[in-house]
Amino acid sequence: MADQQDARPFVFSEEQRELRTAVRRFAADNADEQAVRRLMESDPGFDTKAWARLGSELGVLGLSVPEEQGGVGGTLVDQAVAVEELGATLYPGPVFGTVALAIPALVAASDGPVRSELLGPLVEGTRTAAVAVADRAGAFDPAAVTVQATRAGDDWTLSGTVERVVDAAAADDLLVAATGPDGVALFAVDATAGGVERTPLTTLDLTRRQATLRLADAPARLVAGPDEAERVIGHALVVGSALLAVEQVGASQHLLDLTVEYAKGRLQFGRPIGSFQAVKHRLADMLVDLEHARSAAYHAVWALGDGSDDPALAASIAQATCSEAFARIAADTIQLHGGIGFTWEYQAQLYYKRAITDAALLGSAEQHRARIARLVLDTASGDGAPAVATG
Amino acid sequence: MSTAADSSRVADAARKVVQEHDPTRVPTREFLAACFDAGLSWVHFPEGLGGLGVSRGLQSVADGILQDAGGPVPFALNPIGYGMAAPTLREHAQTDELKREWLRPLATTENIWCQLFSEPGAGSDLAGLATSAVRDGDEWVVNGQKVWTSLAHRARWALLLARTDPDAPKHKGLTYFVVDMQGPGVETRPLRQMTGQAEFNEVYLNDARIPDAHRLGAVGDGWRVAMTTLMNERSSIGASGSRRGTGTIADAVSLWASRPDLHTPVLEDRLTKLWLRAEAQRLTSERSRATATVGGPGPEGSVGKLVGAELNQQVYEFCMDLLGPEGILYDDYTMRDMERTDDWRGPLQQRFLRSRANTIEGGTSEVLRNILGERVLGLPGDLRADAGKPWKEIPRG
Ligand SMILES: Cc1cc2nc3c(=O)[nH]c(=O)nc-3n(C[C@H](O)[C@H](O)[C@H](O)COP(=O)(O)OP(=O)(O)OC[C@H]3O[C@@H](n4cnc5c(N)ncnc54)[C@H](O)[C@@H]3O)c2cc1C
Ligand SMILES: Cc1cc2nc3c(=O)[nH]c(=O)nc-3n(C[C@H](O)[C@H](O)[C@H](O)COP(=O)(O)OP(=O)(O)OC[C@H]3O[C@@H](n4cnc5c(N)ncnc54)[C@H](O)[C@@H]3O)c2cc1C
Repeated sequence: MADQQDARPFVFSEEQRELRTAVRRFAADNADEQAVRRLMESDPGFDTKAWARLGSELGVLGLSVPEEQGGVGGTLVDQAVAVEELGATLYPGPVFGTVALAIPALVAASDGPVRSELLGPLVEGTRTAAVAVADRAGAFDPAAVTVQATRAGDDWTLSGTVERVVDAAAADDLLVAATGPDGVALFAVDATAGGVERTPLTTLDLTRRQATLRLADAPARLVAGPDEAERVIGHALVVGSALLAVEQVGASQHLLDLTVEYAKGRLQFGRPIGSFQAVKHRLADMLVDLEHARSAAYHAVWALGDGSDDPALAASIAQATCSEAFARIAADTIQLHGGIGFTWEYQAQLYYKRAITDAALLGSAEQHRARIARLVLDTASGDGAPAVATG
Repeated sequence: MSTAADSSRVADAARKVVQEHDPTRVPTREFLAACFDAGLSWVHFPEGLGGLGVSRGLQSVADGILQDAGGPVPFALNPIGYGMAAPTLREHAQTDELKREWLRPLATTENIWCQLFSEPGAGSDLAGLATSAVRDGDEWVVNGQKVWTSLAHRARWALLLARTDPDAPKHKGLTYFVVDMQGPGVETRPLRQMTGQAEFNEVYLNDARIPDAHRLGAVGDGWRVAMTTLMNERSSIGASGSRRGTGTIADAVSLWASRPDLHTPVLEDRLTKLWLRAEAQRLTSERSRATATVGGPGPEGSVGKLVGAELNQQVYEFCMDLLGPEGILYDDYTMRDMERTDDWRGPLQQRFLRSRANTIEGGTSEVLRNILGERVLGLPGDLRADAGKPWKEIPRG
């Protein structure tokens, strides 16, 4: 693992290439399509033993956790490599709740017993977490917080409802934003505690589950106080956006490979369908979209690590690009497979549902474009505008 | 090889050139000669031939320093020379003396280069071309007609693809040459384009003579040599600048900023989409530069050409839609030559009309999608009516 910064943007190190191979192999062994289907139709929706091995044997759940916090001290790029490969197979498990959001939030919070107690088991894969913070288009909005925090001496209790929390149904720990007497803070709630009620929802994407979380005087511990909660949650959402983008890239690459193979092998009218330009040109456009998505996602993970770009802008560029690319590539995958692409048995539907789900999480492409417009167009200068001929 | 060490070597050389030949003071040619001598014209070329023998990804290090100091964008001054001729000459010219003789004045822009590929009967199907070259002792005698030849009227030298064996299948019977555009038997006639100007030409070759020493690659190997040229052409045309917000998209964004009275939410999202596409392509070019090796560009360069061309059109369509009735005027349709000066792209409406050519020149977008599908993704080729036939038996028209 790279122990400091990744030197050159877009260039993976030898260790990172090895990491990619290891995660790919693990995913192939533990989450082939059959396994994914079996897990998505059973509870808790993922293989808890395999998840623990991802944490302890492969050590890929908290790659960017600093060494002094019990991690391996890698970079966000290392974490991205792992997430990309897990995304390629739709690896069932709380990648979104635990790896993309909870661990980055905890890493950003200031040191304390609660943090170290929570972080270790999450990184080890022996416990999982979900983040119950309603975002507005991938950004934190304290006004949107729906949970109240009450203090009694050193103890806190939380009450309120958070809708549609990804990975919450099976989570051991819940990170919840709640409004207390001094403002919004981030708390940890043990999911098995009294006053915690989780209602699993039937999700469009069965491999990425959600639950509605109802808290009634549930005991909670403070993770980040009002002085830092906004920064901590904001950081988690930006990192989560970048990692979600990388997941979208991994899945898109898988679909392009799959569809190219199909177009080479499927014969109609006495020729491979990939020799028809209507098919070939659509595949070429899928390739372009994928290349753009990959560049935007990698830029975000590198820029968040080395500070070379405004994090919010880099994350929005990645999300706006990757959400559209994955959704379009998944739709085209169905189209280019003809009738079989529309069946339950074929894998295209699984990826399509993930694409639609990912596009809606942490802000839609449209919402991210609106943010880009504010950051880029509103600050642009009219200097150097081309002359307009006036006849 | 240490990239960091190479990178600082390139940066040091660039700073030295800028110090000793301030581009805002010395003539352009003198500045570009200094760049060539310092190995900064094409950093991945060998030393002595305008390069330093380092990774081509480091070109952006040199360009950044040279252009920040006010240096010109040499590609804009001699596009075919810099983008296509140089890599082809470097790889295929017969001797180092010839390479040096051609490359240095090319780099200084003293000698402009053009490309004699397309013909009335052979555009996308370049390998079907009919211009013939027949051996006569130490020379070749060339006859035929070329068309759409950009800059032929200013060029000193041309890259020529000609047929040397009409009995072979079409890709096999081609040979590649360098032609003296000022020699006898070469006649250039301007062609007017829809902008009103004459940027390209017809070129008639009547018993034009080429010394065999000016052949690039083996006899019959012209197609392979031409691929060097075309892959480099595609990776050098593109809309995205190397810094965020530069390149064609800057025209739309600055026009937008200068006309708040015309803003609507629908137009704003349209412009944001274009900005995002330009940025994604810019990052993609940066990524492919970062991961590039010393070798030439691969077919992936076609992504940049395809996206850049379509983006150019969309950017100017946006500008015209933003302006509405104000846009439907023009400055001057008088037929004239295009001076490649700083504002050679002219007013907005001229840029708008010119962008129609972007998806045709340097390989049409249809051809590029075929290339991406077949060369990058490995999809099966089209059915070909001409496969394996001797060239002279293939129907044309
Ligand atoms: C919901 C549904 C209901 C159906 N109901 C019926 C029914 O009632 N009766 C019945 O007989 N059939 C039915 N079908 C079958 C349907 O007609 C076929 O799925 C359809 O013709 C496509 O054939 P295919 O699935 O074999 O795909 P393929 O023909 O293998 O096509 C795969 C891809 O290649 C493309 N392609 C193929 N040939 C060319 C070409 N020459 N040029 C360009 N692109 C090409 C296709 O557009 C597609 O994108 C149904 C299909 C569906 C999805
Ligand atoms: C401004 C400008 C500058 C140029 N400069 C030069 C130059 O300097 N030197 C030079 O040699 N040439 C030059 N060209 C020529 C350019 O390379 C050709 O115009 C181009 O390759 C297309 O050839 P064509 O015009 O014969 O069109 P055609 O090849 O006849 O194409 C007509 C249409 O058919 C489509 N088509 C053709 N084949 C296929 C296929 N297999 N699959 C799908 N669609 C297909 C094309 O995409 C196009 O839409 C220039 C052109 C322009 C516009």
